[in-house]
Amino acid sequence: MTASVTMIGRSIRLSRRNFDLVIMAIVLPVLMMALFVYVFGGAISTSVQSYVDYVVPGILVLCTGYGATSTAMSVTDDVQKGVVDRFRSMPISGFSVLTGHVVASVARNALATSAVVLVAVLMGFRPAATVGEWVLAMGLLLLYVLALSWLAAAFGVIARTVESASLLGFFMLFIPYLSSAFVPVATMPPWLRAVSEHQPITPVIETVRALLNGQPVTSGWLALAWSGGLLVVAFGWATWLFGRISRR
Amino acid sequence: MIVETEGLTKRYGSTTVLNGLDLTVAEGAVLALLGPNGAGKTTTIRVLSTLTRPDGGTARVCGFDVVREGADVRGVISLTGQYAAVDEEQTGRENLVMIARLRRFARPAARARAVELLERFGLTDAADRRVRTYSGGMRRRLDLAMSLVARPRLLFLDEPTTGLDPVSRTTMWDAIGDLVRDGVTIFLTTQYLEEADRLADRIVVLHNGGVVADGTADALKNSVGGTRLDLVFSSAEDALRARDVVGGAVDGPTLSVPSDGSAVHLHRVLDDLLAARAGVLRVSAHRPTLDDVFTSLVLADATAMAGVTA
Repeated sequence: MTASVTMIGRSIRLSRRNFDLVIMAIVLPVLMMALFVYVFGGAISTSVQSYVDYVVPGILVLCTGYGATSTAMSVTDDVQKGVVDRFRSMPISGFSVLTGHVVASVARNALATSAVVLVAVLMGFRPAATVGEWVLAMGLLLLYVLALSWLAAAFGVIARTVESASLLGFFMLFIPYLSSAFVPVATMPPWLRAVSEHQPITPVIETVRALLNGQPVTSGWLALAWSGGLLVVAFGWATWLFGRISRR
Repeated sequence: MIVETEGLTKRYGSTTVLNGLDLTVAEGAVLALLGPNGAGKTTTIRVLSTLTRPDGGTARVCGFDVVREGADVRGVISLTGQYAAVDEEQTGRENLVMIARLRRFARPAARARAVELLERFGLTDAADRRVRTYSGGMRRRLDLAMSLVARPRLLFLDEPTTGLDPVSRTTMWDAIGDLVRDGVTIFLTTQYLEEADRLADRIVVLHNGGVVADGTADALKNSVGGTRLDLVFSSAEDALRARDVVGGAVDGPTLSVPSDGSAVHLHRVLDDLLAARAGVLRVSAHRPTLDDVFTSLVLADATAMAGVTA
């Protein structure tokens, strides 16, 4: 327990001091949102609601997902620099080493999410959510980020270079475009629509959007199942992989 | 015995890195594992410090099996790897406190231990600067300090001074020498004969994943002989003619003659050559280097293996 707390303290201190990481975690989401609201927003029709209300939940899910993948880079960096060897030669669990990275990632994303919501409100985002719905929406996002952070941690253990670890971020930045994040899936060709409706990010986005805009939630359990399932699988995979480093 | 291995093997794909390594180390000893790149030095340390699982054989550290009782092994050892494994963006003090906390020191005890080690390794003035600003020597000293937080019984040092300038190297040697006086058992790898000579009371030479020599530094040096004189002639024919007079081995226009390094011997060689009218252009004397040790041991090893297969 002490080991995990110490590792969390270490990872948070390191991310606080890595200026690039902080900038990337906050500025990128804000720029993306401005791009979609001001540049594309005028051309995209989502009928009932204003586009800013439609797109903010999508941006939140995209950016937290992308932010979570920086976990992969920090884990790979530790493996490459021999820091992981030092920890592995000490009587502490692999779990605590990875936990430090994952919790720091969740903390960075919580900060980024707050910044995005704040700027969104300045841009005209007017969520209709009650306090309860806010809590549920943020709770789901947290679960989603936690799951993706563990997934990224697993990638970080496998990746041989920090550059290849950063590839995960590229995928996480791209996949949400094939969802209802920016445009309603009804506007897509049928084959793409089938992909978009059945990928895990869509129910998460739909649920966060419904909660924040005070609409009926239709895919809540599906979102929970995807995120929870991913968390369990990713956690198991990451800790298993970490234990197998010794076989290399 | 604090370290005992029997028939230790490790393969990476089709490459055999450790080939039935048998090794014992007594408590309180300073053992240097010497060998060229790829001899299996780092792999040996990685297996003994539980970082890598062996494919065959057994290894025990302080009586604990490195595979089945890894956690117990980790409780009594410390490892300083080849690259200073320190957090660049933390200060020296923060790095040390972190390790102390991971070693289950209470917060005040962790801080006190950090102060003590910073002082001991001459890092007090730099304690609150980020490690990013440290010199290579300071990093290595911090790395070593981090390995000593929990007072290990056995300390692994993997090439502790590779890449350091001569002054930092001497400082590092002094720091390691102090540990020896404290009674810590030290297991180090190195490519420098001088380093092994200075620190270790026993040197084991690895080649192709097995032990090819085991003894003190003096024994090792004596095994490859004393000084060698290289005499350069204007042609290969002259060198061959000179060999008939004073002996030795010819390589092109160069004749190598074994020597005791004395002026008397050099005089006699030159006088004999003068009498034989073999004109020497240049003379140089060489002390045995690690290369010579390797070359002679590796050659002997290859000959022995050829003898077995023949």
